[in-house]
Parts: sequence; structure tokens; C-alpha cells
Amino acid sequence: MMRTGKNPLLRTHRPTLPHGRRSRAAHLLTAAAAEGRFALPQCRRCGAFAWPIPEACPHCLGAIALSEAPRGARVIAATTAEVPADPYFRERAPWHVGLVQMDCGPQALVHLHPGAEPRDAVRLSLVLDRAGAAVLHAALQGGTMSDPQLREMTADPRDRRVLITDARHVAALPLACALSAAGAAAVYAGVPEDWKPLPRRAEFEAIVGLKLVPLDISSDRSVADLARDIGDRIEILVNTADLPRPGPLSAPAAATDARAMMEIMAMGLLRLARSFGPAMARRGADGTVAWVNVLSVYSRIHPAALAGYAAAHAAALALSHALRAELAQGGVRLMTVLAAPTEDEWFQSFGPIRVSGRALAGAILSGLHRGLEEVVVGDLAHDLLARLAENPKAVERELTRDLF
Amino acid sequence: MSPLATLLSAIATGTIRIVDLTHTLDEDFPTIVLPPEMAQSAPMRIERLSHYDAAGPAWYWNNISIGEHTGTHLDAPAHWFTGRDRPRGTVDTLPTEDMIAPACVIDCTQAAAREDDHLLTRTALEAWEAHHGRIPERSWVLMRTDWGRRRGAAFANLRTDGAHTPGPNADAIRWLVEARGILGFGTETIGTDAGQAGHFDPPYPAHHYLHGAGRYGLQCLTNLHELPPTGSVLLTAPLKIRAGSGSPLRVLALIPTRDDSQRKPT
Repeated sequence: MMRTGKNPLLRTHRPTLPHGRRSRAAHLLTAAAAEGRFALPQCRRCGAFAWPIPEACPHCLGAIALSEAPRGARVIAATTAEVPADPYFRERAPWHVGLVQMDCGPQALVHLHPGAEPRDAVRLSLVLDRAGAAVLHAALQGGTMSDPQLREMTADPRDRRVLITDARHVAALPLACALSAAGAAAVYAGVPEDWKPLPRRAEFEAIVGLKLVPLDISSDRSVADLARDIGDRIEILVNTADLPRPGPLSAPAAATDARAMMEIMAMGLLRLARSFGPAMARRGADGTVAWVNVLSVYSRIHPAALAGYAAAHAAALALSHALRAELAQGGVRLMTVLAAPTEDEWFQSFGPIRVSGRALAGAILSGLHRGLEEVVVGDLAHDLLARLAENPKAVERELTRDLF
Repeated sequence: MSPLATLLSAIATGTIRIVDLTHTLDEDFPTIVLPPEMAQSAPMRIERLSHYDAAGPAWYWNNISIGEHTGTHLDAPAHWFTGRDRPRGTVDTLPTEDMIAPACVIDCTQAAAREDDHLLTRTALEAWEAHHGRIPERSWVLMRTDWGRRRGAAFANLRTDGAHTPGPNADAIRWLVEARGILGFGTETIGTDAGQAGHFDPPYPAHHYLHGAGRYGLQCLTNLHELPPTGSVLLTAPLKIRAGSGSPLRVLALIPTRDDSQRKPT
């Protein structure tokens, strides 16, 4: 597949970012935007919504908390910044902004769909901009026209080249299909230990625009070689590598298995980050938009029966945060996907509550389209995280013998 | 001239040639595949420490990690349960005199080309002896299949029911150990046993009989096509790993370049 590239005689544009500094209180909005929730500051005493986020209620000085809010609003005024002062917006001008009256009360300055006019009904979203800060975006109610400004803030795979690091993951094949259907310019799928048969190879090879490539993220050389080959063209990287080896610390091969899982989950991510990360961050203004780490919900919650697996995923989650900081310098988003146990054979004992590869792939694609940073997949994962937020010590005690 | 000076002179003049029977320790080299719920032998991994750079401005070096049974490697008697009580059965205690020994090469290339699961039989060994003479005691017997020329998936040759690679049948390996007193058995495949040998009686007979008798295995050899049927000498010194069950090693063969290798031993 040939793709029209940029003029090689021209210098690659260095990424600029919008103003990203926010108050500590405003990061409540960052959390909501990262998860795709629409939540606004609301007074705990009088119930009034406020915008922007205040330190106290502007009406009664009551304490402010974030609450789910209605998304509806109406455009009061719309304008186009043709020559913005800010370098980031100037490079992307014209940029459409508007003043909207929210159904829940406050007025707000928003990034506005270019087709919206005064008095139009719009649907608000909290999205992360390229600096990772939460901003309001207004889309036309019922509108189908795409919004280049929203595309700028999200990670739509259309026309982008994607690397899926491990084709042996249960979500890899449905994800590759979904990416191709979503208009990805190319999909590369890594095959670890390609001397072993790849199940459903023919189905992979039938996907338009897909290329299987050798990639074993437990090997420095394998990762570095692929990065040398295609690292400068990857615009979305989805790390699906996993090695589920459930078992407690006392299991016969616990140490060997834990080391192997660490090699894949933690050291493998480190290798990918070192080989692909810098090039992707540099190309933040040249099409590169996102890095996705597909992790287990057990990166946050650690049953004794999954000792090594949970530790390896916890290490990967910790590394994800460091990688997020590095990619953010180029405006590239890092999305972590915390999934319930999948339909991988190793999670057989979890029974029918397991997440299918197709469901996981759908969640990844949806997260990219919405520009999310945090995605949770599967009822079990949602339940575990809710219980953890409510009473972490209870969860710790419950999981000394149970898996969930 | 002393015997060692004679040897060095023969090497220098080309009367004796040195053949490397070792695969490069490569990160992509296939390893033995066991059911995944069992502990797995690690593949070769190389981690760069420095390369004349900020991590070490004047020097280049790596950390490596590898399983004892990865790449071209030697199996010591303690590798198998039948050999667990053999004296000097681990690579650190292995007798050094066993590290230099003659080799007989059994050419199975045509049969292995016809059938991946080809089994070396006692009948074939006796036919070989009729041409080349009796297999000497304390010698290596190497099963040449040209498998060492294969790479990647063709080398591992995995199917849904496991690996399909050639090896000896139980009768042949038992006869070699008990009737011929061989020092060890070497193959070009991942194991001294055939890929499907888990279904044999006993399972994995080469491991069972060789190590039970305190003998050795050599696996993942290559370049066996350069060896004469008789007359070569193998140098097989494993790493001195404490209580090691085996070790990657460099296997060298000394071969005479004059064509006197076809003569029957006296």
C-alpha cells in the first residue's frame, strides 16, 4: 500500500502544544476526560453547576465536587480565530470556538464544531487536548460531519499506520480487522517466536493493509530491528503483549514464570518505549497520536493466586506513567486499557465472565476515537475497581483466597 | 616432534582441518517446546551494556541470558531422571577426558528428507557398520540429517501434535549404549530424541538410555556434512556451571583432510 508522504526535502515539523498548565482542582476534570465521563463541578450544598472549576461555589461558597452532568447546550456565539496568538493554534488555524449556554446552567467557552451556528443545539464532551488538559468540545446534536478539531484532540486511526505488538493476543485479530475497517492506512502485527505456528494466520493475511512482522518484545534486537525498519512510520502503537501464567508464589515454576512475565510485560514495554517512544514523540506534529498499553485490571488489584502476573502488570502500569510523560512532550497520548481476564485459555477458570477479544478490540478502538487515557473493559474489571475505590483493604483481604 | 607439536603442525599445514559444528547463539534460534504449564527453557537473550558510548566510552560488552539447553548444547547425565545418581553427572564434574573423543557419522539425510519423523534403527546401524566397521567404544555417534541447514519454523517443524523431527528409535539407542558402549549421541535437531519420542516406550528413549548409563547428548549440531563417516575427533567442553544439567558449547571437529577416513578401523 503506497501512502503519499510529506516532502522529504522539508524539515519535519516539531510538535507544539496548547497551554497545558492547570490548577490542582482542575485535574478533577482531567480524570473525567481521561475516562470519557462528562462531569462538571457542582456545589455539594446548593447543587449549582459551575464553569470553569472554582475553589468554592460562586453562589453559596459551598464545597465543590465533580458530578455527572447533562451534555446538552445551545450556542450563544460562534467565531473563528483566523490568526491566533498561540503558536499551537496558529499552526492549525482557522480554529473555531464558541460560547455556549449549558442546559445545567453555566456558560462556557468551548472548542466548537465548524458547522455550528448561534442557537444550534450542541452536545458537550470533556476531551483531553494535545497537552493532556481537559477542554470542552461541542459537537452538533445529531450531526454526522467529522470535525478536524476533534480529530486533532483524539486518536482516530483513519489514515494512520498502526503497530499491534503481539498477534498472538486474543484481541489482536479482531483489533486488526477493526482498525482496517476504520480506515487505518496500514496495520502491522508483530509475531513473537515466528518459528512457532501462528493460529489463524490466513485470517490475518486476508486483512486489507495488514502485514505480519517478526517482533519478540523479550528481545532487545528484535524490538530495535523493527523500530529501525518501521519505527518512523508508526502513528499508533498498541502493545498487546501478554503472558498469562496464573499461580501463587508457592507454585512450582513461580519464579521462572514471574521472570518470564516480567520480561514481556515490564522489560518488553521498556524495550518498546526506548526503541519506538522517542521517534513517536518527535513525530507528534506529523501524524503520530497514540500509544496503547493493554494491561490487566490485576495491575491495580493483586490476588494471591495471580502473584507473578499481577506484579508484572503492576510494573507495566508504573512504566506506562513514565512513558506517558515522555510521549506527552510530543503531544502523543498514552492510553492504558485495564481489562478483565480475557478468553485466553490461561483464564479458563474465570468461566463466562471473561472478556472476548472482539469486546476488547472494540473498547480499544472506541478509546482511540474518543481520545481517552484510561479505559476499563469487562464487568469484572469495573466491579473490582469500584470495590477498590470504596474499600481497598477489604479487597486485599477478599483476594487472599479468591480471584475476584 | 612431540605429539602436540605434531598436532599443531598438522593443523597449520592443513593435514587436519577444524570444522565448527556449532550454530550461532541467536535470539531467534528455536528452543525445546514443552506444554506451556511446565517451566520453559529460556531462549538466548543479549542485552547491550555499552558500545563505545556514554554507558562505556571505550568498550563494548553485553549481558547474556540463556537456558542450559538452548542452541548447540550438551546434555549431561543428570539432565534425565535415569542419570540423576550417576557420579560426575553434571557439567562441572564431567570428566575432562570425555571432552575429546572420536565420532562416527551416520548419514540419514535421504531418509530424513523423505520423512520428517524418520527413525534411526538398529538395522541401519548394523548396515553402517558393515561399510565402516564396528562403532568404537567411548565414541560419539552423530545422526546426520542435514536438519542443521533448516531455519526457523522448518527447523522446529511444529504441528498441532508437536514437533516432527528425526531421531533414534528405542531399540537403536539402547543397542548403541549397551552393545557398543558409546560415549554419547548427537543430532542436528533440538533434541537427541525424535520430535514424537514422548509417545515411545520408554518415552524419550535417547534421554532415558544415554543418561541412565552416564552418557551424553549433543543437540543442534550443524555442518555434519563436512565430517567423514569415521576418523573425526570432537572437542566438546561445556561451560563449568555448578551442578549444571547441560550447557551451550562450541563443538569443534578435527578431521583429516587426506581421504583415509573410509578405511575400516583395525
